[in-house]
Amino acid sequence: MSSKPPVKDWATDFDHTDPRWVNDPYPIWDQLRERCPMAHSERFEGGAYFPSRYAEVREISYDTEHFSSRRVIVREKKINPPMPSPPITSGPPEHRPARMPLLPAFNPKAIERLTPGTRELCNRLIDRFIADGRCDAATDYAQHIPTRVIAHMLGVDENDGDRFRTWIKMALEEGIHDVSRTVQAIGEMSAYFKAELARRGNANGEDLISFMRDLRQDGQPIPEDRLIGTLRLLLIAGIDTTWSAIGASLWHLATHDEDRRRLAAEPALMDTAVEELLRAYAPVTMAREVVKEVNIGGRQMKPGSMVLLSFPAANRDPSMFPDAGKVLLDRQENRHAAFGLGIHRCIGSNLARMELRVALEEWLKRIPEFRLEIPAAVKWSEGTVRGPRQMAVLFGR
Amino acid sequence: MKTTGKWKVSVQADRCQGHNRCYAIAPELFEVDELGNSKARGDGTVAVALEDKARLAVKNCPEHAIRLTQEP
Repeated sequence: MSSKPPVKDWATDFDHTDPRWVNDPYPIWDQLRERCPMAHSERFEGGAYFPSRYAEVREISYDTEHFSSRRVIVREKKINPPMPSPPITSGPPEHRPARMPLLPAFNPKAIERLTPGTRELCNRLIDRFIADGRCDAATDYAQHIPTRVIAHMLGVDENDGDRFRTWIKMALEEGIHDVSRTVQAIGEMSAYFKAELARRGNANGEDLISFMRDLRQDGQPIPEDRLIGTLRLLLIAGIDTTWSAIGASLWHLATHDEDRRRLAAEPALMDTAVEELLRAYAPVTMAREVVKEVNIGGRQMKPGSMVLLSFPAANRDPSMFPDAGKVLLDRQENRHAAFGLGIHRCIGSNLARMELRVALEEWLKRIPEFRLEIPAAVKWSEGTVRGPRQMAVLFGR
Repeated sequence: MKTTGKWKVSVQADRCQGHNRCYAIAPELFEVDELGNSKARGDGTVAVALEDKARLAVKNCPEHAIRLTQEP
């Protein structure tokens, strides 16, 4: 938590780590969209813009000429030099060769193969707490699903989840205020993956670490720093994000009786429901750095400025989504941007979607009725990824 | 007068980023390659029974990559 003065004007002094934003950002974004759709703040080095409309978020996402991905997190102090995690931090032309080799592991067929194991995992988790009549849906359920699946894909210890989540919190949350936390987390993750590579030696393996090690581009292996950067990215990106999507979806169902009962009674609704929950509770906010002067939404933006690129805010824009503030589980037209737009579309989108769907299906089959124990006690993460981090629920009506 | 079986879908390869929304909605009309990018199955002709799905695929593509056109 920062000790900075509270925000007085969101349009000129926004802070996405302010407790009001963290707990309920939607009214703030709605207000900004009307009043100042390109908000600004000097709280972050270089100054930061916050576009709250879909149109500008889209325009910036597609514009790799004026906006660089070399920094994808808005922080109080920039990390110099930026620490690359290709391909998320890459731009053309390096982006494509860094991204392409990863894609087959996340295509629909590859993800289909992971589905039965994920279903079993969800049920094993539910077995542990169902007899108690209660659980913390964030820490006893949602957090374990993506952690174990990505650990399995990487071929690392599926019981290392606590370490992974500690690093992610250091890098993505604490690191917004204190860069040294991010640097420490990156150092520890790099050492972890170096040890994993050493442990493998040249042994054959089916996991993603072995695959990346064996990859050849123009006859050459991937340089170690790039390789480690990509492995860090796969770990970070695969955990907090889906944990948040599952948790926020359960939060919605716990607090909306009609939607919960309808989804439990009509499993066929799941296709549109998953997309709608992803739209309404999109967890991931990225960043861009302006590298060439440009005018967006009437704002002249200078190199060095940051942009808080909020796909969640874009997804709540009523000019793009009728009744944007309402969750409509059967929404038919839903071009949501939860997984980003343009060349940086989330590589793990098929995986995330599968995990969210399976997590909700298995939960609803066995726990169709549940509610928050103390609604005000739900604790949300701050900054880059938004989702519940503590959420005690009671089963039954 | 409603024409039948005259619609065609196509995916603009330079726009598709592999969200796979079309494939999820209408696997009868779209297929996905190894990299997760989508293209229309066959010559893209849409059976009458699949016209609604084709329209939904168009309207759910985050990249506006899908075209639905009527044969002359």
